Amino acid sequence: MQLSFWERNQLRLAPVFFLAPAFLLFVVYVIHPILSSLWISLHEWDGFGEMTWVGLSNYFEMYEDERVITAVQNNILWLVFFLLAPPLSLGLALFLNQNLLELRVIKSLFFFPFVVSAVVVGLVFSWFYNPKYGLLDLFLKAIGASPLALLSNEDLVSYGIIAAAMWPQIAYCLILYITGLASLNKEVIEAGRIDGAKGWAMFWNVVLPQLRPATFIAIVVSVLGALRSFDLIAIMTQGGPWGSSTVLAYEMVEQAIFNYRMGYGAALATILFLLLDVYIAWFLIRLWKNEKGRL
Amino acid sequence: MKRFMTLFASAVLAASPALAGKLVINANTSDPAPKQAFEKLVADFEKENPDVDVELNIFDHEAYKTAIRNFLQADPPDVVTWFAGNRMKFFVDQGLFEDVSDVWKDNNLYNNMASTASALNVSGKQYGVPYAYYQWGVYYRKDIFAKYGLGEPRTWADFMNICETLKQNGVTPVTIGTKYLWTAAGWFDFLNLRVNGMDFHMDLMDGKASYEDPRLDRVFEIWGDMARKGYFLENHATFSWQEAQAPMINGEAAMYLIGNFIVPSLEDAGVADQTGYFQFPVINADVRTYEEAPTDTLHIPAKAKNKADAKRFLAFVARADINNEVATSIGNLPPNSQAPEPSDRFLKIGFKVLSESAGLAQFYDRDTTPEMAKEGMKGFQEFMVKPEREKQIRARIDKARQRIFK
Repeated sequence: MQLSFWERNQLRLAPVFFLAPAFLLFVVYVIHPILSSLWISLHEWDGFGEMTWVGLSNYFEMYEDERVITAVQNNILWLVFFLLAPPLSLGLALFLNQNLLELRVIKSLFFFPFVVSAVVVGLVFSWFYNPKYGLLDLFLKAIGASPLALLSNEDLVSYGIIAAAMWPQIAYCLILYITGLASLNKEVIEAGRIDGAKGWAMFWNVVLPQLRPATFIAIVVSVLGALRSFDLIAIMTQGGPWGSSTVLAYEMVEQAIFNYRMGYGAALATILFLLLDVYIAWFLIRLWKNEKGRL
Repeated sequence: MKRFMTLFASAVLAASPALAGKLVINANTSDPAPKQAFEKLVADFEKENPDVDVELNIFDHEAYKTAIRNFLQADPPDVVTWFAGNRMKFFVDQGLFEDVSDVWKDNNLYNNMASTASALNVSGKQYGVPYAYYQWGVYYRKDIFAKYGLGEPRTWADFMNICETLKQNGVTPVTIGTKYLWTAAGWFDFLNLRVNGMDFHMDLMDGKASYEDPRLDRVFEIWGDMARKGYFLENHATFSWQEAQAPMINGEAAMYLIGNFIVPSLEDAGVADQTGYFQFPVINADVRTYEEAPTDTLHIPAKAKNKADAKRFLAFVARADINNEVATSIGNLPPNSQAPEPSDRFLKIGFKVLSESAGLAQFYDRDTTPEMAKEGMKGFQEFMVKPEREKQIRARIDKARQRIFK
């Protein structure tokens, strides 16, 4: 009997059909924007007039742009502090992981910042930092210190925003660790106990290895969060005072949307994309190795 | 949701064969008073022109600034609201606004709207019609001035005396909130207009003069002097322009250089009666007094479908009685000089100051390009906090100018 074309190739074709919708969407909404923003970054363009080819000059300009240098420095600062979020939240998670009713209430309070939107977090912290009526000011007055205008101080402003951003970030990692702790294998812990492990040794050799998946995700979201930080800056300072709290993502929006410089904005986006790429590559390779190890 | 529905409706209607006399207006008048004023304006126009069916789409004020770039290209309405000066020129240069010089000629607007004509002119042609403008100036607490025996200043020396007296008595002389930058530009504009006059100011706005020009030395000297003496509100970079009203309302600060749009807040706070207005003092007696008067305008997109009715609408809004009604109902002045004199106290003095002025500027971020405005205003904010960095700041702003206006 003669098999039809479909019947002969069914096994090979079926995956293609199943993958096609997702692949198509991926091309339209991910690949195409990436390529077109690469293309735009080689032009000077105000968003609607003529596009003028300028080659790599947007990238050269960035090299000399004081504000981009500030943005990169701030991004590094964000990264350093955000990487403190996983260990801090692990500590908190260990403390909260006790079966007491009071702690359950406290635990839910810790989740609160993760639930509210970044806009609300930004506003709340702006009020908190307000040098005239803010809580921070009241506190500083109470201990006899002079008022501190955190958000208009070029040296401290980034720390102020990062502190606000850490609040929901720690809550996020906390959730990861608490679920991780809940699913610890009791038998392994029992076995460890029988072998005489306790305290630090127990934590380091028995508990922590079991939390590896949670740690991995916590680090991933923290690094991504630090590099894409934008919303809190837009709400709390708009990159100010005089551009000293800007980061790459904010600078990109400001150049492209407010200053009508699509080309330069796209060039900044490309740099941000490349920075994230290094990291995403590492992430994918690890993921792939893990999967392979399991097979 | 309502806006979405109207947009949706317009899309459906646009798809059907063009109805005779359909006029689509996109407006940024989303605040309560302007919204109401525009709805009434449209109703009045329809009453007088029963053959025209107007559709009014009101956008959020801030979102409009980005939306207009899309709809002027993709789905142009017949009339749009916008701003005079460089903001308008930007679209004129792209060929997106229609020349409406004939509306000006046929309705005698060159005479009746002489004060704003130049702000709507690009190389000899008029590209829109103004419907409202307002004065800037110093709003001050009369009760605080009276307490220390101070009067309205005429000269810069008077003004400095007032600041010093207030400062000595523990009152912040000038409140300002520079978090969103533009308030700082008000100071720059007025100082430059009073020191150097309009021609140099406009050259600077057009990128033809340098920010390192020695003529600006005096501007930064005066301004830096005020900053060094602590005449401006402390930590002003933390506050928005609204937050900076609080010290004035509470009587901790005495003066505010701002536009007439501050009046409703002062009324709400119950201090409007204690508040007075004076014109920005004279610095250089050889320079005539130029003022800041941002002008809100109407334009016809170049790709509009119903230009004939759009021009009728522009002519209607420019008419003295209509112009007066729209402008005063949003607390602004009518650009048409045939309109009756305003009755409101602040508008009255504003009308007097503007009609006696030698020329009007639109405001820094409307007179220069958006990017230049952003870079310049960041520098101004920094200068007001760190006046000792004058040299670096001016060099940085000028570097931006050279790149932007190459």
